[in-house]
Amino acid sequence: MEQQTDTTGTDRRMGTASRMAPALQRYGILIALAVLCIVLSVVSENFLTSRNIINVLRQTSINGILAVGMTFVILTRGIDLSVGSVVALVGVVSASFATTSAAGVAGAPYMPLIPVAVGLLTGMAVGSVSGIAVARFSVPAFVATLGMLSAARGLTLIYAGGRPIPALTDGYRWIGTGDIGGIPVPIILFGLVFAVAHFVLTRTRFGRHVYAVGGNPHAAKVSGLPVRRIRFAVYAISGALAGVAGMILAARTGSALPQAGVAYELDAIAAVVIGGTSLAGGIGRVSGTVIGALLIGVMNNGLDLLGVESYYQQVIKGALIVAAVMLDRSRKTED
Amino acid sequence: MAQPLLEASGFRKSFNGVAALRLGQFTLMPGSVHALCGGNGAGKSTFLKILMGIHHRDAGRLLRNGAEVTFDNPSQALDNGISIIEQELSPVPAMTVAENIYLGREPVGLFGRIAFREMNNRAQDLLDGFHFGIRADTLMMDLTVAQTQLVEIAKALSYDAEVIIMDEPTSALGEAEADQLFAAIAMLKARGKGVIYVSHRLSEIFGICDSYTVFRDGAFVETGALADIDKDRLIQLVVGRPLTEEFVKDNTPGDDTLLSVQGLAADRGVRDVSFSVRRGEILALYGLMGSGRTEIFDRLFGLSGQTAGQIMIDGAPVTITTPRHAIDAGLAYVTEDRKRSGLVLTGDVRDNLCLATLDRMGVGPVMNTRAEGRAAARMIEVLNIRTASDRLSVSHLSGGNQQKVVLGKWFLTEPRILLLDEPTRGVDVGAKREIYRVMSDFARAGGAVVMVSSETDEVLGMADRVVVMRDGRVAGELDRAAMSAEQLLHLAV
Repeated sequence: MEQQTDTTGTDRRMGTASRMAPALQRYGILIALAVLCIVLSVVSENFLTSRNIINVLRQTSINGILAVGMTFVILTRGIDLSVGSVVALVGVVSASFATTSAAGVAGAPYMPLIPVAVGLLTGMAVGSVSGIAVARFSVPAFVATLGMLSAARGLTLIYAGGRPIPALTDGYRWIGTGDIGGIPVPIILFGLVFAVAHFVLTRTRFGRHVYAVGGNPHAAKVSGLPVRRIRFAVYAISGALAGVAGMILAARTGSALPQAGVAYELDAIAAVVIGGTSLAGGIGRVSGTVIGALLIGVMNNGLDLLGVESYYQQVIKGALIVAAVMLDRSRKTED
Repeated sequence: MAQPLLEASGFRKSFNGVAALRLGQFTLMPGSVHALCGGNGAGKSTFLKILMGIHHRDAGRLLRNGAEVTFDNPSQALDNGISIIEQELSPVPAMTVAENIYLGREPVGLFGRIAFREMNNRAQDLLDGFHFGIRADTLMMDLTVAQTQLVEIAKALSYDAEVIIMDEPTSALGEAEADQLFAAIAMLKARGKGVIYVSHRLSEIFGICDSYTVFRDGAFVETGALADIDKDRLIQLVVGRPLTEEFVKDNTPGDDTLLSVQGLAADRGVRDVSFSVRRGEILALYGLMGSGRTEIFDRLFGLSGQTAGQIMIDGAPVTITTPRHAIDAGLAYVTEDRKRSGLVLTGDVRDNLCLATLDRMGVGPVMNTRAEGRAAARMIEVLNIRTASDRLSVSHLSGGNQQKVVLGKWFLTEPRILLLDEPTRGVDVGAKREIYRVMSDFARAGGAVVMVSSETDEVLGMADRVVVMRDGRVAGELDRAAMSAEQLLHLAV
């Protein structure tokens, strides 16, 4: 899906012959995805059907949206472990504005725009709290967002009283189940999020700032960049996108579950890492992340089609993550 | 004639078809300190890496005490008595000196328990033998950089090394600390060891080395005794063309004061510092490491907290609490450590050049890629930055070109006052001269330069005036006519 014509990447290096090889490695993930698709279409006649493809994309959209937000955070040398909990929190908070049941807030259900706005703001607010802890109080991102992982889950259970919020309006459910011209809304949202994020990271000043802060925060500070504000912003972005994912999930399920989204952060981080973004910051791109998310999605789908037990799927996914990082490492040491 | 410790001839090495070393040749005699000279890209590092068994040579012979040898890995080189003290040291800070020296080969007792007493005694004997004055049970993190280097030397000797390679060992040392290192090198020499010494600082080479070998563009150029040549000749060999002078200076200080600092306080005990710089002037801040020079720059640039003192630019008081204020006030700051705080090494040349001026290169929040490209191209041309493309990662550039990228980043902000902290550290002689040229041109065009330098020669060669710092205070001020190496050192210690 992604045309690799982007020329802003940092590893487009030339000069000596030793830098010819990365071409293959750079497209390695894309090649892996293509090979996997070809193999699956040969071994399973159900894989290459439009229904299945749409199915894979829809299943990938939630993780993909989370992973795009995660890319911003990881590019600044951070990490956001709280996204799974934020998915659940935003799910129940926004659902309480869109339910016809007694679990809703006074006056519910509201027209879909209200719960969506509330959901986005909630996600952004939660991300902002992590962002303040990291940027203003220098709490390591791992710790700040680990705290938020627990706190947001707790708030979810408190808010929902430990019970699902059922009976969401059709208007709200459209986010998860509707389609435009045959393309499911979640896929459209995923595409939109990717396109905007790609533009922001490659074409805007803020994007330049994110790469600089991740590459060398000291140099960024000396060069007059608002390092704290940038750090703060990436967590707010990650929170807001976790909110989008949370609403898609609730809308698709038809009710918001306080237990939703457990361990989603792991798949999001996996997609980012498989997509070639460096955990050390400053190197990476959203297009890689999207391919990483698709690879995970296609693999899950393929293993399902082949009837592999889900327990095995987890083992294979784990191995894939480590293999992707190993590839990345060997590229760096060769340099 | 004595048997050479090491005799390398005809070394050749290519990486993916690109020759990094075409003709490596070097002979090291016992009891000598032998300078290996060459600009960045001359093939020195490749040569040393082959000696250390890190790279494998494509061709050539290596004789160790007359016997032909080949090293497949660094531990084989170490077993053959060849040891290196790297430019960037990597001790384990939370361990003691003795533990660092014997890391990985600790003497053990019953049940694999480490025999700490024996290890400490052995380490202490080693250190005392050279009068290093370091206790073996001190933690590494409590040592100064110079002491850490002395420990590295002791470690090399604990392997019975006969050949010790030192790669830019003084790049992180002040002059007083460097003297401690030079004393240790003299002792190594007296004991019949051979030292291969790599440094860009010519005064050091002439001070402590007895022979030289020059590489240029991957090939051996000349070898001989330092007693037989002078500085100009050595520079000429390294650069490959005659240089009339090491320094370039054709600025004339104007009359009006551009920057004045009154009663400034800063971190690390800097107090009551006052100085001023005029348009067209190059002012040096000289002093030992830790005398507070860098702290003054950090304070001026808004990197440390707001402290006492007044800063005036063009006669008007300014308040600077963030680098942004400083940049807007017309200041630019080339920091001491370009890898730590100058460059974004994950970025390319263009990213780095445009880093401080992103605000001016876009429409609203959207960047104008063409404007970025044009700005980068302009700086590459003006500063003669040698790079294949502005999209090449800065980590692939040589030290001198990296420094020019940092300078270019600041020139794009159109500064009036340039703060330069050790601007030529780790830069080869050719690029050094270009940086001096840039400083001189900047001053000539009406800018003011404040330069921190530990190199006396550089201060004497470039500065119109020098403020000497000692223990965080101004110890004295000399103008160009009154400057001499003796005067500077006299004020600084």
